[in-house]
Amino acid sequence: MGSYIARRILATLPVLGVVAVIVFLLLRLSPGDPAAIIAGDHATADDIAQIRRELGLDRPLLEQFILWLGQLLSGDFGNSIYLDRPVLGLIAERVEPTLALSLTTMAFAILLAIPAGVVAAWRAGSWVDQAFMALSVLAFSVPVFLIGYGLVMGLSLGLDILPVQGFVSLWDDPLGFAAHLVLPTVALGLVYTALLARITRATMLETLNEDFIRTARAKGLAEPRVLILHALKNASVPIVTTIGTGIALLIGGVVVTESVFAIPGIGRLTIDAVLQRDYPVIQGVILVIAGIYVFVNLAIDLTYSLLDPRIRY
Amino acid sequence: MKFITRAIKAGLVAVSLLGPGTALAQDRASTLRVVVHANLQILDPVWTTAFITGRHAYLIYDTLYAMNSRFEPRPQMAEGHEVLEDGLVYRIRLREGLRFHDGNPVRAQDAVASLRRWSMRDAMGQRMASVTASIDVVDDRTFEIRLKEQWGLVIETLAKASNPAFIMPERIAQTPPTTQVTETIGSGPFIFVREEWRPGNVVVYRRNPDYVPRDEPADYMSGGKRALVERVEWRYIPDHNTSLAALNAGEIDYFEAPPLDFIASLERNRNVRIVKIDPLGTQGAIRPNSLFPPFNDPRARQALAHLVRQEDYMRVVVGNPQLYQAFCGAFFQCGSGNETTVGSEPFRQPNVERAKELFREAGYKGEPIVVLQPTDRAQYNAATMVLVQSLRRAGVNVDVQAMDWSTLLSRRASRNPPDQGGYHIFITTHGGPDTAMPVSNSWFNSRCDRANPGWACDMELDAMVAEWAKESDAEKRRPILERIHRRAWETLPYIPFGQYTQPVAVRSNIHGILAAGMPVYWNIEKR
Repeated sequence: MGSYIARRILATLPVLGVVAVIVFLLLRLSPGDPAAIIAGDHATADDIAQIRRELGLDRPLLEQFILWLGQLLSGDFGNSIYLDRPVLGLIAERVEPTLALSLTTMAFAILLAIPAGVVAAWRAGSWVDQAFMALSVLAFSVPVFLIGYGLVMGLSLGLDILPVQGFVSLWDDPLGFAAHLVLPTVALGLVYTALLARITRATMLETLNEDFIRTARAKGLAEPRVLILHALKNASVPIVTTIGTGIALLIGGVVVTESVFAIPGIGRLTIDAVLQRDYPVIQGVILVIAGIYVFVNLAIDLTYSLLDPRIRY
Repeated sequence: MKFITRAIKAGLVAVSLLGPGTALAQDRASTLRVVVHANLQILDPVWTTAFITGRHAYLIYDTLYAMNSRFEPRPQMAEGHEVLEDGLVYRIRLREGLRFHDGNPVRAQDAVASLRRWSMRDAMGQRMASVTASIDVVDDRTFEIRLKEQWGLVIETLAKASNPAFIMPERIAQTPPTTQVTETIGSGPFIFVREEWRPGNVVVYRRNPDYVPRDEPADYMSGGKRALVERVEWRYIPDHNTSLAALNAGEIDYFEAPPLDFIASLERNRNVRIVKIDPLGTQGAIRPNSLFPPFNDPRARQALAHLVRQEDYMRVVVGNPQLYQAFCGAFFQCGSGNETTVGSEPFRQPNVERAKELFREAGYKGEPIVVLQPTDRAQYNAATMVLVQSLRRAGVNVDVQAMDWSTLLSRRASRNPPDQGGYHIFITTHGGPDTAMPVSNSWFNSRCDRANPGWACDMELDAMVAEWAKESDAEKRRPILERIHRRAWETLPYIPFGQYTQPVAVRSNIHGILAAGMPVYWNIEKR
């Protein structure tokens, strides 16, 4: 197991290297110029050229790349062009809102989707199953921003029980923290819940038709025990895989959700950086996200062996 | 349902009373929460001309002079000045008791260093520097600007509203203008709270208890800048719908730039007021690229002007007729002291046939005309679509290239031919007292290579502007202004497509908002 983990971690390095090269080239080859944005609306072309020189953006692409790579290898992601502050520090400032939103969304989705999927599979073809699946299609089809605005209209402006926007740190005001996370969690979580519920149902349906389930029932085991201990446990590998791959979906959704609810997280940092062509920030955020994604996949692979003893590394 | 809602609210209130919410509620009463139009990232107002940095600078710095509502320069940090030696020397004396946020007094040395740094970057400052022999300290409160030749705009330049000369401590102002200053020590009515600054989220300012406001009431950018709230919090909420909902819900007090199509909806909320803060307003400008055919020929630019019906643009860009003028033929803004419409007569109504004729005379033979369309700027995008439609009506072969604003900013700086990454036309806007003066209207600048992108080129017009700037007698300036204006409608550095105002939206308990041409946060009370 130890050598497997070490091999997997080593295998991530070339992946991150390729990501770094692609991101660097894509950004530099795409149109847009941070110097023009910094210079402002009334700047002359000479002003822009001067700022470009000051920022080193007029240097050859290869020189810029080697410089950045050198920094990266020494653990320095560079400084934001606009703020002149370390990229890693900026990312660290934004971790709490994004982490909080991601964790509450995952919890919301898992707690809602797995029971719904299990019940739907158990009562396959019944009105309960049809209702759950119709709702999941609806939740999966409606865009996150529409759900977000709908929730704001209803619960914030209509009933005035939850805040419209913003984020409060857990350490400053736990109640405010919770209140500010309810709407974004529901808005982002519904899509994910729908996906997970459908996968759970499909996997459970397959498992419930297996011989060992029939045997368990024939032995006279109670139905909840059959469903949870025997069927769900055996169906869990594809479900866990979906949870893992769903993190990519979550990252995309976080960007939109953070914009709609004005949450100062990594998604907002990414959008702002892209719109302003803050190259070091975009590069840093993408590398960090790619790293997280690779390690989440590794963690999921490792959990397979806990869920299914037949899997060994 | 009502019962459930009440129960949830009561629960939330009860729990919040136990927590740190009480302090938060007290803070809210003395905190002005503002949604600003952009993300503040650069703190040095000399290094960038970005509006958001300028507004930040007005909170923490002060200026020597400032414009009043009649667009006259009034002393601000200055106590006053004398003009000596037949107009060649301006001796300026600072007010007594001015202090920087670090407790040090404001001295003439600080003003001189700040003026030197600013005049190396700002366009008006550069013009003044070109006629300045020296800026010298006389004593701790007095300095002199010695000119090489008479120039009538010294005080107007020091009072300019956008990108003015903000006064910093000498040691900070000695930073080269090509390097960002890292400290934010000013002598203005508010103090920047760096430890609470979260770029992309919140910027915090606290009242400067040592600020000495002028005795006169606040008027436009001049007069007593009294900070009447303890804190100003700038919130950056990029999504306009979210900002609108937050204002309606009372989570913010002040929405700096509500999209114009939100105004009608905001007016329906009794807890919200719409306030016009800009007596001059914003001018829309169609900017042709003077480097390449057909727009290197003034006849093609005249053809473009013949296609513009300003009201069409205003209806699409603004919508609400209370916020725009049906026609404004003044380059230097309707409502300003330099308003004149001389020369605009042929262009008050569109004339498509004349436009076609002029395009032909300019040698246009149906080549693609590249128009840059910024799809993420609602007002510019709408105006671009109107422009494209009118060009097509005149038989012009239009190549509309859609892009985001950041891309457009870099694209418009390109001097390449339109088929090699350049362009023919883009849309922009500008406004305020700087637009209202020939010498500081940046898109009017027709100094060819030294002009803004689009590179308007008419050195005769530039010579007229220099003549206007040299003249200090207002009455003698007027005929020069009219000559400039007539010439401008012939050579057309840009084509105005209308003048409109961008109001702010505030909660109804916010009072004392100044019509200062831009959002300023002194004089504002939260009752």
